Amino acid sequence: MKTIVVVGNGMVGYKFCEKFVAQANKDSYQLVVFGEEPRVAYDRVHLSEYFEDGDAERLSLAPKTWYSDHGIQLHIDERVTEINRNAKTIGTSKGTQYAYDTLVMATGSAPFVPPIRGVEKKGVFVYRTIEDLEETLIYAEKIKGGKAAILGGGLLGLEAAKAVMDMGLEPHVVEFAPKLMPRQLDTRSSKVLQGKLESMGINIHLSKATNQILGNGCITGMEFGEDDILDVDMLVVSAGIRPRDELGKSCGLEMGTRGGIVVNNQMRTSDPHILAIGEVALYNQMIYGLVAPGYEMAQVAVDQIIGETGTRMAAEIDMSTKLKLIGVDVASFGTPFMPAERGHSIIFENKTESLYKRINVTHDGKKLLGGILVGDASDYNMLLQLYQNEMPLPENPEDLILGSRAGGASAFGSAMDLPDTAVVCSCEAVTKGAICCSVLEDGNESVKAVSKATKATTGCGGCKPMVVDLVTESLKSLGKTVKVQLCEHFEYSRQELFDIVKLKGIDDYDKLLDLVGKGHGCEVCKPAVAAIFASIYNETANRQPAIQDTNDRYLANIQRNGTYSVVPRVAGGEITPKQLMAMGRIAQKYDLYTKITGGQRIDMFGAQLHELPLIWEELIAEGFETGQAYGKSLRTVKSCVGSTWCRYGMDESVSFAVEIEHRYKGIRSPHKFKGGVSGCIRECAEARCKDFGFIAVEGGWNVYVAGNGGANPKHAELLAEKVDKETAIKYIDRYIMYYIKTAQPLTRTAAWLEKLEGGITYLQNVVINDSLGIAAELDAEMQALVDSYKCEWKEAIETPEIRARYAHFVNSDETDDSIEFVSLREQKMPKEWA
Amino acid sequence: MNTQEPMEKIAVKTWFKAAPAEKFPKNAGACIKYKDQQIAVFNFARENKWYACQNLCPHKMEMVLSRGMIGEENGEPKVACPLHKNTFSLKTGESLTGACDAITTFPVKVEDGFVWVGFTD
Ligand code: SRM
Ligand SMILES: Cc1cc2nc3c(=O)[nH]c(=O)nc-3n(C[C@H](O)[C@H](O)[C@H](O)COP(=O)(O)OP(=O)(O)OC[C@H]3O[C@@H](n4cnc5c(N)ncnc54)[C@H](O)[C@@H]3O)c2cc1C
Ligand code: SF4
Ligand code: FES
Repeated sequence: MKTIVVVGNGMVGYKFCEKFVAQANKDSYQLVVFGEEPRVAYDRVHLSEYFEDGDAERLSLAPKTWYSDHGIQLHIDERVTEINRNAKTIGTSKGTQYAYDTLVMATGSAPFVPPIRGVEKKGVFVYRTIEDLEETLIYAEKIKGGKAAILGGGLLGLEAAKAVMDMGLEPHVVEFAPKLMPRQLDTRSSKVLQGKLESMGINIHLSKATNQILGNGCITGMEFGEDDILDVDMLVVSAGIRPRDELGKSCGLEMGTRGGIVVNNQMRTSDPHILAIGEVALYNQMIYGLVAPGYEMAQVAVDQIIGETGTRMAAEIDMSTKLKLIGVDVASFGTPFMPAERGHSIIFENKTESLYKRINVTHDGKKLLGGILVGDASDYNMLLQLYQNEMPLPENPEDLILGSRAGGASAFGSAMDLPDTAVVCSCEAVTKGAICCSVLEDGNESVKAVSKATKATTGCGGCKPMVVDLVTESLKSLGKTVKVQLCEHFEYSRQELFDIVKLKGIDDYDKLLDLVGKGHGCEVCKPAVAAIFASIYNETANRQPAIQDTNDRYLANIQRNGTYSVVPRVAGGEITPKQLMAMGRIAQKYDLYTKITGGQRIDMFGAQLHELPLIWEELIAEGFETGQAYGKSLRTVKSCVGSTWCRYGMDESVSFAVEIEHRYKGIRSPHKFKGGVSGCIRECAEARCKDFGFIAVEGGWNVYVAGNGGANPKHAELLAEKVDKETAIKYIDRYIMYYIKTAQPLTRTAAWLEKLEGGITYLQNVVINDSLGIAAELDAEMQALVDSYKCEWKEAIETPEIRARYAHFVNSDETDDSIEFVSLREQKMPKEWA
Repeated sequence: MNTQEPMEKIAVKTWFKAAPAEKFPKNAGACIKYKDQQIAVFNFARENKWYACQNLCPHKMEMVLSRGMIGEENGEPKVACPLHKNTFSLKTGESLTGACDAITTFPVKVEDGFVWVGFTD
């Protein structure tokens, strides 16, 4: 048995392990891995997501047990400190020695911190590891509301800028070059991006050379030149990377003049027993700061070690990139800027929309050489393919960025037109051929199965839309209809299941499963079916509790510490002083944390399971009813004060909001839905960010549909103009009912309308012109839902069997003593997660 | 401490008489107290099978698993944590979504209308 020692358990080191155990010869080798970080390899590319939930584990590439399950000896929190090439051993920070037959260096890189005076001050951070982020977060908390600079306006710097903004700091990007992302963007696109970022609240300072970091102990500012000072409370340095090549240097491997362990196209260093991969390896005189080339290196190294010496690293490495997370699309591929003698550029710029698109084509207009996209990178995947595969371009290459103006077909054709060798998933190097083959020959019939078999989409996920297309088209070519299947237990889409339930009159989950499903169900199909029952029979969540999502099962939102929140309905945000006092009294009695929500009502947090019926009993006695904050159902209808008080109001928006909220309350749907009513076009109720919205105008109401805040904000589209209230309600009745019947589970109206063929025009035809002849049916179904509303909390407290569900233990009256609170501004909050 | 042998191999020392079977919701979970431990017990009524595991979700260390939805994946019975939907096999305790430590499972039997949970202490 031979021993392979891997130094570094980062992204590429992990990928090496994964590829190694996936091949046949694995049993003739023992893998021993050393990682200096205190945790197993994680997804550094998605590091910024750590800010979203502070959940480091979610970023793990594989749990610790994965290594032992595959016979890999993993030593984390243990740095390799020396290499003895003669003895073929390494020594570690824990003082132990290990012998190797082959050594794989995967030590990655470290952020480059320029030697600026004062850079050692407190409040200066880098951005590479989870620990870096933790420290940054703690500091950010201390300087809350302060200013933070990011040194470096490259890919990573901009990502860091967004992150510090999300921490509640005022971000300032300081770049030495006269443009942003100097390696990827030209001056014009940089300007467009700059405008967009500034409008988002990110300040940009270009052409700034930092002379020194000011401050006495802690950073207080940056000085660029005489009298040119930027006051900041924190600095994140993102000025490039340096390979972690110190071990290579000390053991005498051949190094690049500016660092990096030199490797050939077999990933071999100057010592035949040592290979180097990832960001420590200098290949083609370059350190590639991207995962995709690192993953390719991992594959080459594995093949070399097991004797498949034919595998080589590609001669040219693609550096195309797409910026993620920042809230504005930016991508560049191929040769982004190009001397005029090689070809010409087609540029489209629209400053008002912050849009810039540039493609570089050969003089004959036949081949794509590269390009830049800012503001809208939805065509990035297709353009990248055209470029990488040197595919012929449409007759008018400008169609690629302007869209085909002749109407109809897209300028790109379909993903199926790509050659089989086209690399669709660049993280895992999966080709179009491999994806189609996985469907056509290996019988994988869903995107999930294909990604499991080929690993496509499992990296950054950017290729997912294309993989979906390829799988769908391949299935079609087999004559199979492509099913959007709910889960392994139901081979139907939600819409099909909706029709089946309705047609057969089934109202019981087990019956439905026996009749048209298989197995015993799961957490995906149960709540989806529950929502269908609710939409058809308007039954409350109380009847079949076991198939409800946890929040519905207990009619309350579960919180981070297992307690619940209580949200009574406050229709339209209108509340009487008496009700306010009642709510205050009850919240005080049960020691609940109270907060005004973004939906214009009051949320009371921190109720234990057994307290819920007691609290609701008191609320209901005061005339409140459930606000369904837990359901996939109507949440709130936000209102502005309207003509009742406002000097600009065109109509009574509060009255309308109250009426419509009571109309749709309790109705369950594929996802939650929200409304808004504004008294005039100043739009204080943000009705155009809602699933449905009304805005009072001269002569009636404008009716909007399919807006969304949240993760993918989208302004609502105009369904009808200047209609009276009754007509407005009728249209929204039909629209919601049609959405309920046809949307996939957990799809908000905005995403649903985007997918609906024909879009808003089609919807107008269905809802206004009754093009499908179903308007009367939709009207009747909606009216039936409206008429059968009942408050499910009232039902719960009045029914002893339901009330009995609210006990922490079934064999004891004791309550959960593991819950701990800490105090916060005269209220309480859950204790931090360990 | 967290992983364990498949259930059959466990040497049960104490069978704890938890509660009458009808007190447990069908096709869902409930929590029982044994000494100072919280144990989640699941009644897979469709198949007439019972499972038990720690109530503590190893992801964020909260006492919530009994309130999760249960189901099955390729025949493997599982529970989905109500907080972030990580799923765990109720046979082996293994994390099926892959990102968490395994949970401890316990054998369950129903006799004389009572649910009994087996412990090794
Ligand atoms: C309490 C509240 C935040 C606050 O303190 O203000 C809140 C809290 C939660 N929101 Fe929200 N959202 C709240 C207003 C909003 C708003 C603002 C609004 O409604 O005007 C939005 C953006 C508007 C929109 O939905 O289009 C919003 C967009 C989301 C989203 C993203 C939805 C999307 O389509 O991207 C989620 C996640 C989801 O639903 O899947 C979410 C989910 C959640 C959940 C349910 C997460 C969870 O599962 O635990 C939070 C728990 C609420 C609880 O325990 O009561 N919340 N959430 C607000 C309650 C409003 C209410 O009175 O019911
Ligand atoms: C915030 C951020 C965003 C990014 N976004 C993208 C992106 O969108 N797309 C993209 O392609 N790339 C992106 N990257 C780059 C990507 O993360 C790297 O290319 C990738 O992590 C390189 O993998 P690696 O294994 O070579 O190095 P690393 O992941 O850094 O792993 C090296 C590991 O080796 C350890 N180590 C070092 N020396 C020793 C020693 N002597 N003994 C033991 N262990 C040691 C280190 O502690 C580290 O854990 C991003 C990076 C960051 C920081
Ligand atoms: S309340 Fe909404 S935005 Fe705030 S943390 Fe929860 S889900 Fe996220
Ligand atoms: S606490 Fe259980 S999955 Fe997060």
